[in-house]
This record gives sequence, structure tokens and C-alpha cells, in this order.
Amino acid sequence: MNERIMNAAPEILELQKHFGKEIYHVEVRSDKRAVLTVNPAKITEFAEVLFKKLKLRFIIASAMETDAGFEILYHFSIDASGQILNLRVVLDRENPVIESLTVIFEAANWIEREMHEILGIQFRNHPNPEKLISEGNWAEGVYPYRRTEEKAKANPKHET
Amino acid sequence: MSKIIPIGPYHPLQEEPELFKLYCEGEIVKDIKWETGYNHRGIEKLSESKTFDQVFFLVERVCGICSTSHPFAFANCMEEIAGIEITNRTKYIRSVIGELERIHSHLLWLGLAGHFLGYNTVFMWVWKYREPVLDLFEMITGNRNSYAMFKIGGVRRDIPNDKIPAIQEVLRGLKKKLDMLVGAVMDDPVIHARTKGVGVLTREDVIDYAAVGPTARASGVDIDVRRDDPYAAYPLVSWKVITAKEGDVFAKVEVRLLEMYESVSIIEQCLEGLKKEKEGDIEIPVDEIPAGMGTGRAEAPRGEVFHFVMTDGSNFPVRHKIRAPSYVNIATFKKSCIGQTISDATISLAAVDPCYCCTERMAYAYDAATGKKLLNGSELVRLSQAKTDEIRKKMI
Repeated sequence: MNERIMNAAPEILELQKHFGKEIYHVEVRSDKRAVLTVNPAKITEFAEVLFKKLKLRFIIASAMETDAGFEILYHFSIDASGQILNLRVVLDRENPVIESLTVIFEAANWIEREMHEILGIQFRNHPNPEKLISEGNWAEGVYPYRRTEEKAKANPKHET
Repeated sequence: MSKIIPIGPYHPLQEEPELFKLYCEGEIVKDIKWETGYNHRGIEKLSESKTFDQVFFLVERVCGICSTSHPFAFANCMEEIAGIEITNRTKYIRSVIGELERIHSHLLWLGLAGHFLGYNTVFMWVWKYREPVLDLFEMITGNRNSYAMFKIGGVRRDIPNDKIPAIQEVLRGLKKKLDMLVGAVMDDPVIHARTKGVGVLTREDVIDYAAVGPTARASGVDIDVRRDDPYAAYPLVSWKVITAKEGDVFAKVEVRLLEMYESVSIIEQCLEGLKKEKEGDIEIPVDEIPAGMGTGRAEAPRGEVFHFVMTDGSNFPVRHKIRAPSYVNIATFKKSCIGQTISDATISLAAVDPCYCCTERMAYAYDAATGKKLLNGSELVRLSQAKTDEIRKKMI
């Protein structure tokens, strides 16, 4: 496994050296793709090392609701080698809160606002937490990508 | 007097309805606010209710101009999940389609940019030269746009070898027209005056906003997914990534113009490659998509398209995230437009190529204090064109 990580990306070793136990799990899916499950409380530090020190490009973040709770995958591109490093965090289902990365790079601004709108994840210290895609035409506190919304749709009794 | 100039929600600068509010003091743009969601189609959510084969037709409709870039990225993504290596013939066909699309998209943009600057002849000529490319698409795929060519493990139609000479013929004609266009743009002092030093995006801004495609390459950020994370036939042919340093509108024009030459060269090499491969060898049978996740990328005319798919072994994606290049490129307006005059804002906004919308509606500028109508969208274009006229007259 270690050899495979080495082949996959030296950036992962660098992160392991830096953060050690804060990385819960490393999954190398191929030579070019790796997923690191990390401690959500340390996301700012991770992003800072990846963006400022290792100079990776932030592609986008994907949020979803799974059995584990709310998951966010931050996709970073290592353009020099064509690899994609995915930082995965799992947030609590009842209280999904994570630190905003917009203070580190502007590219996170819109996607964090969007993730808040579709799934209701809170981004702490976001400098501009306005609505992005549903300004003035969507109910407060209704998050369309949540599973509870799907269930409400499937069962007309719950329709509001 | 402080005033707000809205561009949109419907405006020919934009592919989708969206609203830019330019906060102006006098002639100078002081701040920009962006609103969208007027036409949020919920494609990511819709994708979860489609089978993988159907998703291709869905994502093809994310963008009307670069309609093959999303299926391209999605195919790359699904093939990564399923661990499929496609045949060489498929690779060549995919690259031919991808590059033809880049040519027609860049030509379309060039025409629009000409229009905004008051060069309506450029607009009409360029769109005329774009037609043969669309005719080629009709010949190869059956459609001028939304080609429905891609599927997991292959393409739906072959490019028979007897059609290759007709494609080469069109490319030869196109190269002559490109020479003429490049000459006309590079030698015109008015275009230089209108676009040099205008809408400058620095290298630092590009990195901070994670901009992609020609927008990034014109600011000296040397990224191109076709080279960095090779897919399809791009590693099999020789070509180079075009970059410029200045980051202004002119640099973006230059990058796009020169990229079209590279695209022509890539297609020519791919066609030679096609001749060596067996006809009809265009697909790998796919039985099952295993549970897992994958990321796929493709270099669209506007930059990197990114798809993330999570599967659970069923026929449908569990989660499908799509990041179009304009999502990161549009945000850079904040850097490129603030401090510019209103007459330069139009071309600065258009320079990142946010496509255009088929439906033009009226947009007015309101005096922030009195609510009085000041300018509308077409007057903004007229203002931009008038500035070019002024410069031209001074030069004569």
C-alpha cells in the first residue's frame, strides 16, 4: 500500500508527515486518483497546506448525503502530474457545520454557498454567505438535495 | 452619481439567464454583484433518476455550444469507474469531435467579440466560416449540435474512412480563413487600442479563483487537461498548449485564435490515425458498472469540465456533480471589471466567453437614487461600439 501511495502522489506523503493522525483513511483508487478521509475540524489547515504550500488547484467540492451523514469531497488537481486528490470529510447529520475555505482561496466562495442552499451545510466564517442560485425564490430551511425532501416528495401526505 | 447597471437576466453576452449588477460611479465600475438561478434545471439531481446511457443525453444539454465536452468528461469518468480502456479508433473519433467543437466555439466567440467592439463585418464573416464546421458535424454525427456520439466504452457512430477526404478539404479551407482572421486582428491598431490592457486578470487572480481554460492560459497559467491528465487521442498526437502572459482581452483573443490552429493540426493527425485503425472498431462492450466513485475531466473550449460520479452497482448514479468551466471563470469578473469604464465592461465580461443566450430581453440601468431608467443592454453594446469608432477616427 505504501509503495502505491508513493507512486500515486508525493503530496499524500507530505500530508501524512504534516498531519499524521488527522488523516483517518487513505484510499488510492488508481495511479491518478486518491481519496483521503480527514478530520473535518482541521480542514482549514489541510486546505492551506494543499493550496499555499503544495500549490494544488482547487477544482470544486461535491457534497452529498449518505448513510454516514453529510459528506463533502474537496477535489484538488495536481496539474503537474494530472492527479486528483480528493479530501473527504464526514459531517454530523444533525448539525453539519464546517469551516469555510473562502478565506484561503476565492474559488470556494460560490460552491460553499451552493452547498448550503442544496443541502443545508453551514460554512463558518464565510465572508459572503448570501444565496447563490435561489435568491428570493426559494423557501428558507428547505434543502432540495436532502433525503428527507425526497421522502416528502414520494409521500404526498408530507407535501407542504 | 452612483448607479446600478444590470446586465441580464437575459442578455446576448450570456448563455444562461443570469444577472450582473454593475455598481458604477460616473463611468467607472466600482463593484459587481452576480445573481443566477433563473433557469436552474437541477441537472445533477435529474441525473440520479437516469440510467448511465440516458445521462449522456442529459449532460449533452448542460451547454448548448460545447455540447460534447460534458459527455466527454462523463465518459472519462464512467470508464475510470468501470476500468475500461477504449479502442484507438474510438480515441481518434472522440478527439476529432472535441477539436471540431473547439473550433466552432472559438469562432462563435470571436464573432461575438467583434460585434461588441463594433466590428460587425468580423461577426458576419466569422459565423460564415463557422458554417462548414457545423456541416461537417452534420455529416459525421447527423446533428449540427448535440451530436449524441458518446457512450460508455465507445462512440455511437463510426467515421468511415471514405468520409475523411471531405473533412480534410474543409480543414484546408478553414486554415486559409484563419490566416486571414489572424492577420486582420493582429494588424489592426484599433483592436490593439481597444483590447490591450483592458480587463486584465493577473496570474495571482487566476490561481485564487481557480480559473481554467483560455481565461487562465491568457494569464500565463499553463494548464490544459488534454496534456496534464491525458485522455482520448491527445497523447497520441503532437500539439502544444498556447499561453500568453498579459491576461488582458487581447491575450485571450490571441490564445483562442492560435488554439484553433492546434485544433486543426490535432484533427489532421487524428484522421491519419483513423486510416490505420480497423473500421467499425468503435466500442468495448460494458456489462456492468461496479460500485465506486470516479472523477472525469475534459478540456472544453472554455476550460476544464469536471464530473464526479458515485455509483452503487445499480444502473443509476447515486451522486453526480458537474462543474462547468464558466462556474469558476465567471467569478473572475470581480477582478477584471472593477475599475474599468462601462464601455470596456462589455468586452471584459465577454472575454471569458460565458457563451450567449438565445433569448434577448430588455435590461435597464436605474439611477440608484431616483429609480430612473438610464441605459439598456443594447445601449451598452452601442456605447462599446462608439468607443471603438472614436479610437478609429483619432487614428485616421
